[in-house]
Amino acid sequence: MTAVKQWGFFFDAAACSGCKACQVACKDRHDLKAGIHWRRVYEVGGGVWTPKGKAWEHGVLAYNISMACNHCRNPLCADSCPTKAITKRPDGLVLLDTTLCIGCRYCEWACPYGATRFDAATGLVTKCTFCVDAVDAGEPPACVAACPGRALDFGDFDDLKKKYGGTGRIFPLPEEDQTEPALVIRPHRDCARAEGAAVDVINWEEV
Amino acid sequence: MKRHIDFAPMSRRSFLRWSALVGSSAVAVKGASASKRLFVPASAEIPVGGSSTERMIRVGCPSHNCGGRCLLRVTVKDGVIVRIDGDDRPYDGVDDPQLRPCIRGRAYRRRQYHPDRLKYPLRRIGKRGEGKFERVSWDETLDLMASELRRIRDAYGNEALYVPYGTGSYNQTNGRQTAQRLLNLFGGCLGFYNSYSWACISAATPYVYGTSVTGNQRQDWLNSRYILMWGWNPAEMRDGTNTEYILRKAREKGARTVCIDPRMTLSAVSLADEWIPIRPGTDAAMMSAMAHVMIEENLVDAAFIKTHCVGFDAETLPEGAEGAESYKDYILGTRDGVPKTPDWAEPLTGIPRATIARIAREYATIKPGVLYQGYGMQRRAYGEQVVRAGCVLAAITGNVGISGGWASGIALQAPDGGPFWLVFPTGRNPVRAMIPSYLWTEAVLRGKGMGPEDGLRGAERLETDIKLIYAVASNAIVNQHGNVNRTAEILKDESRVEFLAVQDNFLTPTARFADLVLPVCTQFETWGLEDGWKYGDEVILMPRIVDPPFETKSDYAICAGIAERLGFGEAYTEGRTEKDWIRWSLDYYRKTRFPGLPSLEEFEEKNLGVYSVPVTKPAVAFEAFRKDPVKHPLPTPSGKIEIFSKRLHDMNQPDEIPAVPKYIQEWESPFGPEAEKYPLSAVGHHYLSRVHSTMENLDWLEEAFPQRLFINPLDAAPRKISNGDPVRVYNDRGAVVLPCRITPRIMPGVVAIPQGAWWTPGPDGVDRRGSVNVLSSERWTPLAFGNAQHTIMVQVEKAEKT
Repeated sequence: MTAVKQWGFFFDAAACSGCKACQVACKDRHDLKAGIHWRRVYEVGGGVWTPKGKAWEHGVLAYNISMACNHCRNPLCADSCPTKAITKRPDGLVLLDTTLCIGCRYCEWACPYGATRFDAATGLVTKCTFCVDAVDAGEPPACVAACPGRALDFGDFDDLKKKYGGTGRIFPLPEEDQTEPALVIRPHRDCARAEGAAVDVINWEEV
Repeated sequence: MKRHIDFAPMSRRSFLRWSALVGSSAVAVKGASASKRLFVPASAEIPVGGSSTERMIRVGCPSHNCGGRCLLRVTVKDGVIVRIDGDDRPYDGVDDPQLRPCIRGRAYRRRQYHPDRLKYPLRRIGKRGEGKFERVSWDETLDLMASELRRIRDAYGNEALYVPYGTGSYNQTNGRQTAQRLLNLFGGCLGFYNSYSWACISAATPYVYGTSVTGNQRQDWLNSRYILMWGWNPAEMRDGTNTEYILRKAREKGARTVCIDPRMTLSAVSLADEWIPIRPGTDAAMMSAMAHVMIEENLVDAAFIKTHCVGFDAETLPEGAEGAESYKDYILGTRDGVPKTPDWAEPLTGIPRATIARIAREYATIKPGVLYQGYGMQRRAYGEQVVRAGCVLAAITGNVGISGGWASGIALQAPDGGPFWLVFPTGRNPVRAMIPSYLWTEAVLRGKGMGPEDGLRGAERLETDIKLIYAVASNAIVNQHGNVNRTAEILKDESRVEFLAVQDNFLTPTARFADLVLPVCTQFETWGLEDGWKYGDEVILMPRIVDPPFETKSDYAICAGIAERLGFGEAYTEGRTEKDWIRWSLDYYRKTRFPGLPSLEEFEEKNLGVYSVPVTKPAVAFEAFRKDPVKHPLPTPSGKIEIFSKRLHDMNQPDEIPAVPKYIQEWESPFGPEAEKYPLSAVGHHYLSRVHSTMENLDWLEEAFPQRLFINPLDAAPRKISNGDPVRVYNDRGAVVLPCRITPRIMPGVVAIPQGAWWTPGPDGVDRRGSVNVLSSERWTPLAFGNAQHTIMVQVEKAEKT
């Protein structure tokens, strides 16, 4: 295997039911307490109901975004960290050394994806490691292996793009040019309709 | 710049309040409260990786009667489970896919090491249901079990003893069957038949096909071009591990999928091309209107109907039923003057008539096609009708007995009915009387004299009421039975059920009513074995991987202890340990379904976990009947598909048990006078945070899928309800208060409360957790005597903050 230049995630929004097996697999692997989500599943939904006689017509749309850290090619979190606790490995992984973290939470402001998570109990920030130990040992990250819908994959970012085509952004994620996320997404059929509609993340309390 | 949302948690997050909800139980446990808690906090302190004492074991996910049977890789270090991974077998093809667990299996450590696990036997000291207990020894416990069993048998006879329905623990040596074996050796106990899961579909399917084996193997969906997912939500209820995956593969091969459901379910989002919301309880109306379109537009398979079906029209009515109303008569309104057109169905179903007609045309012409019936819509007032109506659509479109088609109905897996579930031998019950599982409260209140009119089988009349209940892995006594407040009142009267023993892992709402609580270890702490649920040709070993903590014991060990005190210990165990019975069970599977099944020793040596048989040539139900209905008749009275059932006709109850499937307005309905007070239909759907009521109170699951009332914005607005507000949901049977989620993903006029949450009444009797059975009814369906727990009308209002 040639050296990986940039690890990345693939997410198939069309195949994701929102079952959160990825989220819980991550919690088990990393012993994350309730309230700390390294991988999150955002439920995007909206659309209106219109009465038609005694029946209903609807324009309801819904899909999920399962997202961890996108191990961005331009990690603004690392740039914002005053103690250089967040670094980018040669293989692209963005890793946080909690021994250097001072809990200032600048990274939280910097990351437009909500990937860094503050733990009030320890006063420190934590984040997805891409299951670096597993990946270094040739195994998949816990979330990828967990998906019952086979909606997640991982690999070299360029390879993922070649394999899946896809896009780096679906609504309502920020535009890619901010941080250049190492994320390839196959859109759900409703993603295109969501852009201009009254659509929002509707499960904020869960993420 | 495109519109986007700031995902930074600091700007968005409000403090999660789940911790208040899942706090420790308020039950006073004398003598046990000061005990050291067995709880491994989920923190980085848990050592993971590297140690020489660490080992990984492949094991079946503890079986609680979800629809999945999955493989876990459990890492144990120093006697503690430190990590749970999923199936890692390298092959993941559609014929033999990995058995990937859902969040419930992945979060199992939170159950295994939950501080509220039962640790010691407990004896009631307060009033029944008050939840006050004292710690007792196992000797006292087993003595009391034996003496109460003897006392009540001697006073009332064996019919007064009852081991109720319950699936909280559900594999060979774990679960209620261990107690059934005990009672059978003790002279027997009142039996039961059918279940709370699929009473109507299991009763009604054979009236059409003469059998329950109506399903092709799932891989055959790859040959389908059209799949109607009718009230079917495999992503949430897990209707067989990998059903979602196989459906995905079917779609990749070009099948169009349509989901019909009041909720835009997880399945509707990920597995369907289109979601059609339908008003609960009106599915048979839509099915009838589809048949009307097919008949009017000549889209039925007339040749197949002629050769393979009876009762479609006047010409094909069975002998002895000449002149009766045929299916076509009903659909066209020949007798009742009401043609069952899409116009007729539109105000009932809430679905535009054009949509109904379009779906009818699609299903009748895009062949072969599947009409898969979920079970929620048959847990309703006339749940038998929707089952038969769906089967009839499959039949009249000629989708029966062909690859890519689907006969509908309960759809046990061809060729042989699929998995066994339980092979642990319970022996013969000397008491032949059986009640329908849902009528146990009737048997408590007025058992003596109950007869066939109440669904009694095996005896003319019952001789006694139920006087002793031994509930093993069953929370169906209080929490999962309809009308919780009524059940609680029945149980509070200690002169009715004189002794209630509950054997479980946690102090469930049922256990709170117990006279004696017997603490059971988890399935990780004893031996077990499971096979596929409804589908799946696999056998999964569940070795004991950690020790039972505190004084917990296995169901089998407890029952063996009672048997010993009753004088037949040897007959109960036959000298076998739990592990010996698992070896016995493996042998049984090898002799019956899986000749290549490895020995227990090979399983252990190679850490196999699972043995699975690839499905490369999926079986098709009714294939032989399809080819030659004369040579291979169905086991129905006519030998054919019974669109018209003479057996039902002869029951002579046409209003509630018609001979052809009909839409019947439910006894609680948006169209009845009850809707003035209670205008909203409520459904209690399955939820990924629990398996029924098992796995309640696990923080990782509660934060992922919090207990909420789901309500449409159009119903929330006039009630001045904002997202997250606590709401009061009520009807004449009771009230619950819980937070709401306003979502467009549910039809207007319908609300949903995920079923299984534990009844937690406040001082005013109002449930604070959201147990849907506070609102559901104990009333049963006419033919199956099944539970109609989804037929609920309610009102919702904003609640005061509590």
